[in-house]
Order: sequence, then structure tokens, then C-alpha cells
Amino acid sequence: MTYIAKPKLHHPALTKNSVGYTRRDYEGKISTLCAGCGHDSISAAIVQACWELDIQPHRVAKLSGIGCSSKTPDYFLGNSHGFNSVHGRMPSVLTGANLANRELIYMGVSGDGDSASIGIGQFAHAMRRGINMVYIVENNGVYGLTKGQFSATADKGSKSKRGIVNSDEPLDMIGMALLLGATYVARSFSGDKKQLVPLIKGAMEHKGAAFIDVVSPCVAFNNHAGSTKSYEYVRQHNEAVNRLDFIEEREEITADYAPGEVINLTQHDGSVMRLRKLSEDHDPTNRIKTMNYVQEHAAKGEVVTGLLYIDPSAVDMHEHLNTVATPLNQLTAKELCPGSKALDRINASLR
Amino acid sequence: MKPTDISHPEYFHKVVDCQYACPAHTPVPEYIRMIAAGKYDDAYMVNWKSNVFPGILGRTCDRPCEPACRRGRVEEGNVELRKPVAPGEHGIPHAEPVAICRLKRVAADNKGKDSVAARMPKAPTKKNGKRIACIGAGPASLTVARDLAPLGYHVSVFESDQKGGGFMRTQVPRFRLPEEVIDEEVDYILNIGNIELKSGKTIDSLKSILAENFDAVFVGTGAPRGRDLEAPGRKEAAANIHIGIDWLSSVSFGHITKIGKKVIVLGGGNTAMDCCRSSKRLGGEEVKVIVRSGYEEMKASPWEKEDAVDEGIPIMNFMVPKAFIHKDGKLTGMTFDKVKAEYDAKGRRNLVPTGEPEQLVECDDVLVAIGQENAFPWIERDIGLDWDKWGMPVVDQVTMQSTNPKVFFGGDAAFGPKNIIWAVAHGHDAAVSIDKFCQGENLHERPDPMTNLISQKMGIHEWSYDNDISDQLRNKVPWKDKKITLKDIKVEVELGFDPLSGFAEAQRCLNCDVQTVFSEKLCIECDACVDICPMDCITFTPNAEEAELRTQLSAPTPHAKTQDLYISETLKMTGRIMAKDEDVCLHCGLCAERCPTGAWDMQKYLIEMTHAGPGCHKSKAPQKQAA
Repeated sequence: MTYIAKPKLHHPALTKNSVGYTRRDYEGKISTLCAGCGHDSISAAIVQACWELDIQPHRVAKLSGIGCSSKTPDYFLGNSHGFNSVHGRMPSVLTGANLANRELIYMGVSGDGDSASIGIGQFAHAMRRGINMVYIVENNGVYGLTKGQFSATADKGSKSKRGIVNSDEPLDMIGMALLLGATYVARSFSGDKKQLVPLIKGAMEHKGAAFIDVVSPCVAFNNHAGSTKSYEYVRQHNEAVNRLDFIEEREEITADYAPGEVINLTQHDGSVMRLRKLSEDHDPTNRIKTMNYVQEHAAKGEVVTGLLYIDPSAVDMHEHLNTVATPLNQLTAKELCPGSKALDRINASLR
Repeated sequence: MKPTDISHPEYFHKVVDCQYACPAHTPVPEYIRMIAAGKYDDAYMVNWKSNVFPGILGRTCDRPCEPACRRGRVEEGNVELRKPVAPGEHGIPHAEPVAICRLKRVAADNKGKDSVAARMPKAPTKKNGKRIACIGAGPASLTVARDLAPLGYHVSVFESDQKGGGFMRTQVPRFRLPEEVIDEEVDYILNIGNIELKSGKTIDSLKSILAENFDAVFVGTGAPRGRDLEAPGRKEAAANIHIGIDWLSSVSFGHITKIGKKVIVLGGGNTAMDCCRSSKRLGGEEVKVIVRSGYEEMKASPWEKEDAVDEGIPIMNFMVPKAFIHKDGKLTGMTFDKVKAEYDAKGRRNLVPTGEPEQLVECDDVLVAIGQENAFPWIERDIGLDWDKWGMPVVDQVTMQSTNPKVFFGGDAAFGPKNIIWAVAHGHDAAVSIDKFCQGENLHERPDPMTNLISQKMGIHEWSYDNDISDQLRNKVPWKDKKITLKDIKVEVELGFDPLSGFAEAQRCLNCDVQTVFSEKLCIECDACVDICPMDCITFTPNAEEAELRTQLSAPTPHAKTQDLYISETLKMTGRIMAKDEDVCLHCGLCAERCPTGAWDMQKYLIEMTHAGPGCHKSKAPQKQAA
């Protein structure tokens, strides 16, 4: 780890966004992770995405569980709300927070251990319920904090740093998210911010359960030959299906594209998400086909990245539950205890 | 772009902005670190080796290093920085360089005089039999003497005044540079031995010197003639019109102790600033500086202008002198035409009359400080020395040799008025030439400077330098009470930094000599350096020509005069290159701390200029073999 604080001095040409902050204002404390950890790049991508989206830091709640990945919320958005919860329990805490105050932007940050092992049940139900959140799994296929045992997402046949070959089937987080009803499913790579930043922005704007699986190499325990989560392996096997250029509602589309090259997805708030296709046979609005597509390519040893699936008309848990528009934590005794007459009316309706 | 050749001595030298800008190329960050560590003797000796007069320059240098200093660039747009510790500082904080010049003085003030004297070189007991003459005992000549005496040369220094020091002694006022400082630093040179100061006698013939069969003659006589102003009334009012530099030296020697109540100083250079501040101390109550040009275009260093204004001296701009007004043979005032600046299509400035009526400014005395000229009435024109159309000797820019191979020039005498630090630089170059000349070698075959690049890694995240960047603004040098300084011309105005504020100022230095060195073979392209860099200096991108590449950077520089881009070889994994813009790098080393493979390393680049000595000589043996 680095002992000194990151210098306050910034580039003289650093600009402010429309809410008056520079990109540096979205940073957190200096990282204590190993030098070169992919997670730090993801933190930087989150910082960049929030700055570009003109988000006011106090409108964001970042939640995490336990593990290297779950330490990272300390390293970005230093002026946002944060909750470092129990191992694997981030989705529950996030669900509760979202129920209490639907107005915040929820960002859950977890790892393959936190989400695919101890927290797999929590993960599943958060997806099912369609909670309006960005759920990022910083996936390195290894338990870095306990010195390099295979995690549940380690590919079968991949080798540990000590030369042991993994004999267990990997848990496919993308496949599970698709099955369980996530309405925005993407995969990216910590070493490709050009792809990752727009995907995070799109997820933050998406109303519903957005899941991003980010392959994030562990430099200390999983960046060797034989690993399928190393910088080199992922770069060699990365198959991007599309490029997301997130656009605002009023922005005019001026670029020229060949027919069939671009998919414009109108969100239910009217804004348009623009996808530049890189793979001809992939349709990101078709859930079933996407599941097949990802599995077929995985069988070929390819790591498919990009925005894999999106349901532009998705709705979230609050719509399912038909809750009031006012955040529950802002309801006063007046609304919560409408008086004996109202109780009488309810009782009468049940007779 | 092609990969950067970091083995070229020029590349990393350029990154050390201060050292690169210094004519003598003093290793600035090196001695600033020593000051921060309290190693004042070491800091003094690093300076002494390079610029010969640390105590004098620490008070009077023109400091080309400071406008170049990177600190001035990186503080831009960072207004949230902590306020300086010095009391009485107001106003909006603005980006300022490290106070390099005044830090030099901290080393000089706090060193041990005896311990430093013990480290000075001594002339060898065995002489080499060569005799050198230096004409004038100013900074250039003294540098030549200092460089050559320890090599066994016998150096005779001829000086018309009683003591050595030249311009530094005669023209720089004592309230800026106390006599003891000059004595001390001149003595360090004279005490080397084998240097003979022949003072009190003006040399009026170069021919006669050459007749004494010196092996080489160095001319370091400065630019001794102050330019006069021809205007109506000049002759009639002559008693109260003085040439600035002559007047300053008369003041310096105590021949002049008074001036009239109302004084006009003509001119906008540093001499004018010394004249007006001196006048203020010798009875001048209403002292005005009157300049043809605007305030910004004045030749004086910004800080010297500010110091004059701080002492209550108004600077009046855009006024062209017209006539001296006198009554009964006594000067009563001067008239001026008012002008304004107009720029033509080529951007050249013309001063055109505004049409306003001429302005009368009353005065008792006028000091003319409108420029200095070279004068060589004592050099015969038939000794094989060529002159150009401006009456200057033809001198080689590199070797400082004139067309008479035995005669070398340096300082203001070589290429016209410059400053002390340039004189020192010339002195070093001339000494190399004289040494090679006396050994019968080709003067143009000069060895490259000594360079050294070595890792500063001490532990996993520990470096041999302090990489925690100070966010303090520039500290102000405290001044002695004006009530005292304005009454006595011999009382030094600046008190200098004390060790604590000197330390704080030293910590502002960014250690630009500790270079970020990149090894592409080790890079795994994890982006850790890109993410951590506080100044967004690093970009991984497909290669392109420079103009296009600069647009692809994470943060293109806003500065017109930019540093180079550091370009790596093509990276094996993605085929991209690493491009680092050196412009605003803090040298904080975080790229190296966050690099998992050690592809980035912090390595100290020390460059020492070539000085006269055996290292400059060709090895004789290979020559014989070749023959």
C-alpha cells in the first residue's frame, strides 16, 4: 500500500461538471489494495462515470460486503453515503435502504466470493425483486484476501498460482442474473475503461436491477499463465459484442452509421441509449438468445463483454409493490397513522 | 512518434526545468533536498562547485530558474491550496515557483564557514608552468581563476579597484548585498592559492599584457560604460545629472553620501531600481522612476520592481524624456512627452505620442539608468582581434575564444550586458577552453556533461527523497523594518529565510530530477499508474504523430511552451504505447508505488556540467597509437 495521501494538486486544465465538481472531487481515500489490482481501475471508472453524469455525491449510496472488492467503496465517492455490511449481506442491506429511501442512487459493490459463495442467495433475490440499483461484481476468480484459493467463479481447468488445476464447475454470474430477471446485464474488463465507463453510466441510468460482471485481475494471486482471469488472458479472449454510447435525451444523433450497425433503445424516461453493434448475431434485447449466445461463446473459451441484455421498459421493486412516491423514510406520523376513522374504513372493507 | 531516447543527456535535463534554465546548470533540486535535510555545508558546496558565488547569487541572481520552475505551473487552477505560513500575506493565492534563489541564501547563511573553507580545493604544490592573465576581477574572471588554479595554473587577476568582485562590489547596493558576503566568497577563490590579485591598477593596453608572455589571457571587464541621455539642457545642468552605474559605484565606495530631495530615475532596468532605492536612503524624499515603456515591458526583474514599489517609489510609465529644465545653472526639473503603445501588423511595438501637452516633473537630481555599453578603449586594434560592426569582439559562443587564439572573453565583455550567473557560465566554458588550449588540444572537442541515473527505491514504498507533495504556497522572505532600512544604505533589507521557513520552502520543491523511468517490457497494462496519477500525465493509446497524439492524452497541457512527451516502445499486449506528458508531473512517485511490476521506477538524474580538469583532456596514449 501507499503511505502518502494522493497529492491535492490537480491538472491545471481539470474541468468542473454542471454540478460544480471536478473528477478529483469524486475520489475517495487512497487505495490500500495491492498495486496493480483491477479493482482500483473499477473505482476509477466509477469516479469517471459519476463525474460525467453530473451526479451530486450526496445522492449516491454505496454498499458492500466483505473482501478486497468490498473495501473499494472507501476509495471512491468520498462524499457519498456508504455501508460496509456483513459478508454476503450487501443485497439485503441495499434492498432495505432502497425501500426506505427510493430517491438515492444505489451502488452495490461486491466480489466473486461475497456474491457467488456466501452471498449467492442474497444475490439471487435482489435480482429477482428488480431493485433499482447498480450491482457490480469485481470478479477475479480467486480469494485474494486469504491468499489465493479458487473462488466459485474460477473456470474449470484453470490453474492456481501454485499449479493446482480447478476441477469444479464455475458459477456463471451473467447466466444467473439473466435467469433471475435482471433487466440490465453487462460484462466488462477492468483494463478497458472505454468500455466500462459507459456501461456503468448506462447502469446508473437504468431503472431496475442492473448487474455488471467486471473481470478484474488479481495481480497477487491470479495473474499467471494458466489463469483465465489474468490481464493477458482476458485481453486475448475478450469478445466485445457492442459499444455503448450513452446519450442524453436532448442530444442529437449526428454520427453516421451503416444500417443495422446501431441499436437505439428508448428508455421509459424518454432518454435514448445508443448501442454500436460489434457482433452481428447478437441481439441485446432478447433474453433467451442472449443466454444461449453467452454460453456458446463461453464454450469456445471466449469472454463475451459489452451490454449483453437490456430491457428498456423495465420497472423496479417499488412499482411491483406499488409503494408511494414519497420515500418511506420521509413519511410522518400523520401519513403513517391516518386515525381511527381510516382504520374503521379499512376494517369495514375487510368484512 | 518514435520512442523517447532517455539515454540522451538532454532529455531528462530538460525535465529539470530549473537546472535547464540556469546558465550554469546548477543541480537545484539536489541542493534544495540538502537544505531540507539541514545539510547546509553540502548544499553550499553543490552550489559553489556550479555557480561559485552562492551567498552573492542567493541575494542578487536574476534567477532564470524561477520563471521556469514547474511549481509555478502545477499550482495553476489549485486555489484551494493552503495559505502560506508567513504572517501578513493577503490576497488571492496565485501559482508561484519555489523561491530557489533565496533558498540558496539559506545554505550560505547557515553553513559552517570553517567547515566549508576546509572543503575548498587547494592549488597543487606542483605547478604546471602555465601562466594565465585575467583582466578584471568580476564574476567571470574569478570563475576562470577558480577553475584553473587547482589544476596547477598560475593566474594573475588584474583589477583597477582595490578589492575583487567587480560589478558585484561596485554596483549592487549594500542594502541588497552586504560587503562581508562579497569578501567571504571572493576570498574562498583567492585562498585557493596560485592566484595573484594585482589590484589598484587600471590596464590600459592589452598589447602590454600579451607582451608579458602569458599562455592565455581572459578578458572579463564587464560592460563598464553607462549610456548617457542627450537632451537640451544636459550640459547646462550637468552638475545634477548622474550616470546610474557610475553614481552607484561612487555610493558604494562612500564618495557620494547624499542626493537632492526630489530625484528622477530614468530607465526601467535593474540598475534603475537600485538607483531609486539607493536615492531613497540618501535623502531622496520624492523619488520617481520614469520609464518610456509600460510597466510590464520594463527590463527590471518583476521582484525588483515590486521591491521598489514596496518602498514607496512610484513608477511612471509611457513618458519619453524631452529636456532638462534649469535655472541659473541649476537643474529644476525635466519635461516629458506622453506616449502610448501601438502594435503594428507584425506585432511590433511603437510608442506614439498621445498628443497630450508635455509634462513637467520637478527635480533636484536625475539619475540616468537607460542602459550599459561595452567599452574597449584599452584594447589595440592591431593585435589580431576582430571586431564586429557594433564594436564588440568576435567571440566563439562555445569556446569563448576570440580571433586572437590566446585571448578569451567572458561575462558582459563577451556578448554585452547580461548578469552574474551568465558571467559564471562563461567563466566555466572559458576555463575549459583555456585548459585545452594550453594542453594543445582542439577547443571544440568538449566532453559531454557527467550524467548519472540511479533508482531511489529504498523499500516497498519508500524512496530516498520525500515524495509527499507539500501543498503550501510560496513563503515570503521577511524584511527588516523599513524605518531602519530606509535610513541606512548599509543595512540589508532582506532577512533571509530562517531554517524553519527555509525548510517549508524547500519542501515545495517537486524533486523534478527524480525521474519517472518506464520499462515497457515489465508493463502489464493494468492502468494503475493512469488511475493514481494526480496530474493525469499518463496515457496508454495507439501511436500517432505528435500533434494527433497530444489530442489523445488524458489531459492535454494548457501551456504553450510544453515539455516533451515521453513515449515508450510498443507494448506487447495491446500494441499501444505509453505516452507521458512531462509538463505538470509532480514527481510524487505514485505511478511507481502503484505499479505491480516495477515498470515505473523513480530514478535520480544528476547532470554536472563539464568543468576544466583532467577529464576534459584527451587521453594521450590512444593518440600515439593512432599515429
